[in-house]
Amino acid sequence: MTHVSIQSLTKVYPGATEPSLNKLSLEIESGELTALLGPSGCGKTTTMKMIAGLLAPTSGDVTFDGRSILADKPEHRGVVMVFQNYLLFPYMSVADNVGFGLKMRKVDKSEIDRRVADILALVKLPDLGKRRPSELSGGQQQRVALARALIVQPKVLLLDEPLSNLDAHLRIEMRDLIRSLQQEMGITTIFVTHDQEEAVVLADKVALILDGTMKQYDSPDVFYKRPVDEATARFFGGQNFVKGHSRSGFFESGFGSLKLPEQSIEGEGTLTFRPENVRIAADHLQENTLTATLVDQIYLGTQTRLKLMIGDQEIEAISNPNDVEGLINGQQLAVTIPSDAVWMLTS
Amino acid sequence: MVGKDSIGIRSFRFLTGAVLIIWLVLPLIPLAIWSFAKGWFFPSLLPANWSMRAWEYTFSDTAGVIDSLWLTIGISLAATGLSILIGVPAGRALGMYKFRGKEFVELLILAPIIVPGIAVVLGIHSVFISMGLNNTVSGVILVHLIPTLPYMILVMSGIFSNYDPAFESQARSLGASSFKTFWYVTLPSIMPGIIVGGLFAFLVSWSQYILTLLIGGGRVVTLPLLLFNFATSGRNDITGAIGMIYILPGIVILLLTARHLSGRSGAVGGFGQI
Repeated sequence: MTHVSIQSLTKVYPGATEPSLNKLSLEIESGELTALLGPSGCGKTTTMKMIAGLLAPTSGDVTFDGRSILADKPEHRGVVMVFQNYLLFPYMSVADNVGFGLKMRKVDKSEIDRRVADILALVKLPDLGKRRPSELSGGQQQRVALARALIVQPKVLLLDEPLSNLDAHLRIEMRDLIRSLQQEMGITTIFVTHDQEEAVVLADKVALILDGTMKQYDSPDVFYKRPVDEATARFFGGQNFVKGHSRSGFFESGFGSLKLPEQSIEGEGTLTFRPENVRIAADHLQENTLTATLVDQIYLGTQTRLKLMIGDQEIEAISNPNDVEGLINGQQLAVTIPSDAVWMLTS
Repeated sequence: MVGKDSIGIRSFRFLTGAVLIIWLVLPLIPLAIWSFAKGWFFPSLLPANWSMRAWEYTFSDTAGVIDSLWLTIGISLAATGLSILIGVPAGRALGMYKFRGKEFVELLILAPIIVPGIAVVLGIHSVFISMGLNNTVSGVILVHLIPTLPYMILVMSGIFSNYDPAFESQARSLGASSFKTFWYVTLPSIMPGIIVGGLFAFLVSWSQYILTLLIGGGRVVTLPLLLFNFATSGRNDITGAIGMIYILPGIVILLLTARHLSGRSGAVGGFGQI
């Protein structure tokens, strides 16, 4: 169990004018599974490498349980990184790959054999020890890479895009495996991903990094309910942004008047709400109900996406196909946006 | 595989094989016959008398062939070892990193293959005299590096251009020190290149004549020098016997590396980059 603290971590590559990572600060609790989320090139892999000791930061600090690790060599940090392309040593058997870390720690041969067998059983590959990595499927290679990392019982486990090379059903299987092993062994785990869905399904907490700067660090649901700004909301699939101003609990715009949740920001700002929280209502009796014109509808099987005009503003709504059956484009609709589903962004 | 090839490809393959054998193997046959001949004069197709005399002389203590053989092996091994020590890091730098003036460095490394050895060695000769390296075995070993290093570096840069250094990061992250990382991860990955480059270097050093003659000053008598002495003094039978010994490493190495040179490992990929 290791508490990881990242303090103003900054990396400026030689010759670059802009920092690749700008003053990242994160507190990661013991045993927590944290996602560093961001598009490629946002600085998240740079962060991983600095924690692993494969890259020296320009400034800032990383501490494990209060002690700075920056002066430690990578092999003494107790951090193991699992790379995106697994990097199994091709000329070693699966068992030798998994036992590599123990061999480097001069553990007894018989002890290594025993622990390799145990961990291979744990990742559900009990009979593959003698195979070569090239004989395994992608999902199996991933599990071998995970076993190779876990066998040394690292203080901190780093995973680089752990699910991105897997197809859909393997992703779910792998997600469950990573979560259960991580919970069982209580290893503080940080993984990077560019896929917000991957971050949401796997992580206890997500740190969104855009252009080298951390935007928000919260549990996954907060990114949907209360994003800090428009870029963050858009990264999580937010579509609806309305400019206007708020006064005494109400938001006013070309669009109409909407009641805001308590403790919303006063003044000029942008209002956002998730498309899935827009309800097609029967009448105007409910609070926050506006009149909309249906512009277009896209049927997606389990949901229908609606494009609506409210005043001069186009918005998107996602509904259950059964609820919107028989609607005709151009039709006037009553649309409810509940006050607990709207959120004022800081501009 | 063979079954799928067309008749055209098969006959072409047969033709090139035949030409190679005629060019490379046939000239050696008279050499072999000479080593067992006692008087072989034009126009007889085969020697009039056979004899083991040349071979007995070759292996006798007075001939110095065995001493010369050991010396040649020693010099070639040392030159190969040094080539590996220099060639691996140099190949890594050229194969993996971009830096200012890289093309110029590559040209410099190739220069000894392009410029005749004698032109190079005349300059080195005067330098070696001032350093006391003339007429010494160490001087000869050093000068052999001029033709061996380009091959070694080219082979290694080819290997490193296809090498993923992330494996080293992975090993470090799993707890390997930098030395252990090199030993357990880097070395096994680049071994095919070291073997092929090393064998090249060995053969190139083994067959040096002019560099050994000029820097060794006639005191360091390697096998090619000895061979040349006998060849010019008209002892065709002894020339034949020494010649047989001389070509032995070439044949052995060819057989050993045939697998590495052709196909998957692509150890000679470096040559494609020139």
